[in-house]
Amino acid sequence: MNTPLLKVSGVAKTFVLHLREGARLPVVNGAGFELFAGECVALGGPSGAGKSSLLKMVYGNYRVDAGAIRVRDGEEMVDVASTSPRRLIKLRDTTMGYVSQFLRVIPRVGARDVVAEPLIHDGVPAQEAVARAGALLARLNLPERLWALPPATFSGGEQQRVNIARGLIAHRPLLLMDEPTASLDAANRTVVVELIEEKKRAGVAILGIFHDAEVREAVCDRVIDVTDFAKAAA
Amino acid sequence: MIEHPLLVAEGLSKNYGPRIGCRDVSLEVHPGEVLAVVGESGSGKSTLLGLLSTELAPSAGRVSYRLRDGRLADLAGLGAAEKRLLMRTDWGFVRQNPADGLRMAVSAGGNVGERLMAVGWRHYGNIRDEAIDWLAKVEIDADRVDDDPRAFSGGMRQRLQIARNLVTRPRLVFMDEPTGGLDVSVQARLLDLIRGLVAELGLAVVIVTHDLAVARLLSHRMVVMRHGRVIETGITDQVLDDPREPYTQLLVSSVLAA
Repeated sequence: MNTPLLKVSGVAKTFVLHLREGARLPVVNGAGFELFAGECVALGGPSGAGKSSLLKMVYGNYRVDAGAIRVRDGEEMVDVASTSPRRLIKLRDTTMGYVSQFLRVIPRVGARDVVAEPLIHDGVPAQEAVARAGALLARLNLPERLWALPPATFSGGEQQRVNIARGLIAHRPLLLMDEPTASLDAANRTVVVELIEEKKRAGVAILGIFHDAEVREAVCDRVIDVTDFAKAAA
Repeated sequence: MIEHPLLVAEGLSKNYGPRIGCRDVSLEVHPGEVLAVVGESGSGKSTLLGLLSTELAPSAGRVSYRLRDGRLADLAGLGAAEKRLLMRTDWGFVRQNPADGLRMAVSAGGNVGERLMAVGWRHYGNIRDEAIDWLAKVEIDADRVDDDPRAFSGGMRQRLQIARNLVTRPRLVFMDEPTGGLDVSVQARLLDLIRGLVAELGLAVVIVTHDLAVARLLSHRMVVMRHGRVIETGITDQVLDDPREPYTQLLVSSVLAA
């Protein structure tokens, strides 16, 4: 029996803006879907429908007001919506990866070390981790002369490739991707498509936002339209 | 998941006469975890740090610490000698003003070596080698080992204070605004250094800061304080990206994005 890696049910979220006289900004209501190993699913819908917010709720970056977000961690299903902060940190460490749209730059740390960090965190020897990071950056066509430099001064596309490499280098059974190809050229988009295909073959479940129709059609098995969840919240 | 917290605070309160420093604070710090305590001046965050590190005596509540033998001990019940040993070996305290955490008239090497001697190191050559090793870790050249910290810049003094605190491989380090008062370029270097050492040594840290960017870079979890109380707590990125309390929303929205 194939059990889901991710099971979202009855999720509701409203932002309350206390600095704006308590204005309420409904995001989603009754959001529910499942994700299985080896599939890539896109969150679809127009801009502002709550795709990014939903992705952030799954990662535990945004809180939810109601419902459950269950993620399989070995034999256990952990509810991101209600678990303790420490359990959520552990879940992220072992199970859940997140490729954000923008790289959060760490002062003074070179690109290759930024990419190697998740592997080192997993206990891979530093030398091997750095070598694998270099190999992945090479695949993403990041010139070797940039590897030792902190990515703060890189172009948007270069930063995004560092970010993708960091997000994909370690094995996490569930991957969340927020527009991973937004600032990439055609050649690098193709590399990212290949990398996603490899993850799927390795049994990774991917939930993402893919505005680029070509990429979406290449990697996604189905699309979940969040418009209905947003309508229910309004 | 079986978890053994390193430090446990239960119902901590501190009154300064009629004024309240800290009200009913409970928290846990786990091995290898960085906990940021944020809030504005007067929110009670430094009082909380004083209570956790037993520099201040609570008006109510207690602090317990897991000793190396695995026993969770009420710190109020430890003898003076036991407590002193704990502070010298198992704990560190990095203060905002390095002059408060260093011996300013003792050489850089002496500042680092002193903590080693407190844990039983006796051989001068070994102490000096280890001190030079640690100076290198905090990016201070070996030829400065005999200079005293009065000849150091603010950033160097702060790095020396970190070496002095970490040389005995403590399990828990308290930090009070460690980057406060430093130029931003110096801050970035120090933050990166702290970040690297904390990960490498698997340190547990309680860091008090009013700088949310420092909390974001260094901490796993954070607590937000106001009027002596903890008003919000959670994973750092969650508290910063989806703050729930009006005061936390104000704090987060008041930061200028560079």
